[in-house]
Amino acid sequence: MKAMLTSFGSGIIFALGLGISGMTRPVKVIGFLDFFGAWDASLAFVMLGAIAVYFVAYRWSREMPSPLLAPDFALPKRFDLDAKLILGAAIFGAGWGLGGFCPGPALTSLASGALPVFIFVVAMGLGMYLHTGITELGVTNSGFAVSPANSTPDA
Amino acid sequence: MHNFTPIAALFGGALIGLSASAMLLLDGKIAGISGILAGVLKPVAGDTLWRICFLAGLLTGGLLLRVLLPGAFDFGIIRPFPMLIIAGLLVGFGTRLGSGCTSGHGICGVSRLSMRSIVATATFIITGALVVYGVNHLMGSSV
Repeated sequence: MKAMLTSFGSGIIFALGLGISGMTRPVKVIGFLDFFGAWDASLAFVMLGAIAVYFVAYRWSREMPSPLLAPDFALPKRFDLDAKLILGAAIFGAGWGLGGFCPGPALTSLASGALPVFIFVVAMGLGMYLHTGITELGVTNSGFAVSPANSTPDA
Repeated sequence: MHNFTPIAALFGGALIGLSASAMLLLDGKIAGISGILAGVLKPVAGDTLWRICFLAGLLTGGLLLRVLLPGAFDFGIIRPFPMLIIAGLLVGFGTRLGSGCTSGHGICGVSRLSMRSIVATATFIITGALVVYGVNHLMGSSV
């Protein structure tokens, strides 16, 4: 139960951080990605601030036998670079530049009630289902017995 | 440089880092938003409630912003609907294929010095910049 409250509270703080840093505004995101235009470096500072805090937290977590409110750490266990990772990141980046939204800011901005955000989020959900559909189709066709796609946590 | 807001960016970024740290140290979870959402859209028994709680927190935080900091939703640029639909599809599909987005790879993964996340982050910044270059400079910034 406490873990659920942590999740809820963390979600609130995450959204406030996105809003305060300006990342709920596509003009800031597109401004960062516009290296050949009126470049806005703010997003790099958001990452810097977040990474500075999380880097320390991660070091602490390495010293802990388990999280404070859960039995185990659920961390990604893969270290290999594969085509899916790079192609997926490339596709995500293209969509990010095109719309100016990534998942966190888009979901947070649903609270604005703005129709364009709602449309983006629905399309994003469909994109996720599309991936699931294609993956399951591939598994069926190739006949391989693979473990469920979600067996290891994502980054 | 245009509209550069380093102090707000650093402070907001630190809050995001704090949130992700709480998820790690208390719950043992990675605060990767695309992964959290995907786990709600395709639920696995026993691994869904915390995700719903986190997303409910995001929305609650959004509602707080709406009251306390309405400028957060002064979007500045809103692409036309067809472009937003394509963008959403690419973001949804790409984050699943690439196992993460700006939060999971860009913040949590980079902080853990994960080579996968560092490569993914460099990749999505490069393709994002290429698309913005195309839209803003080749197609004209009329959209």
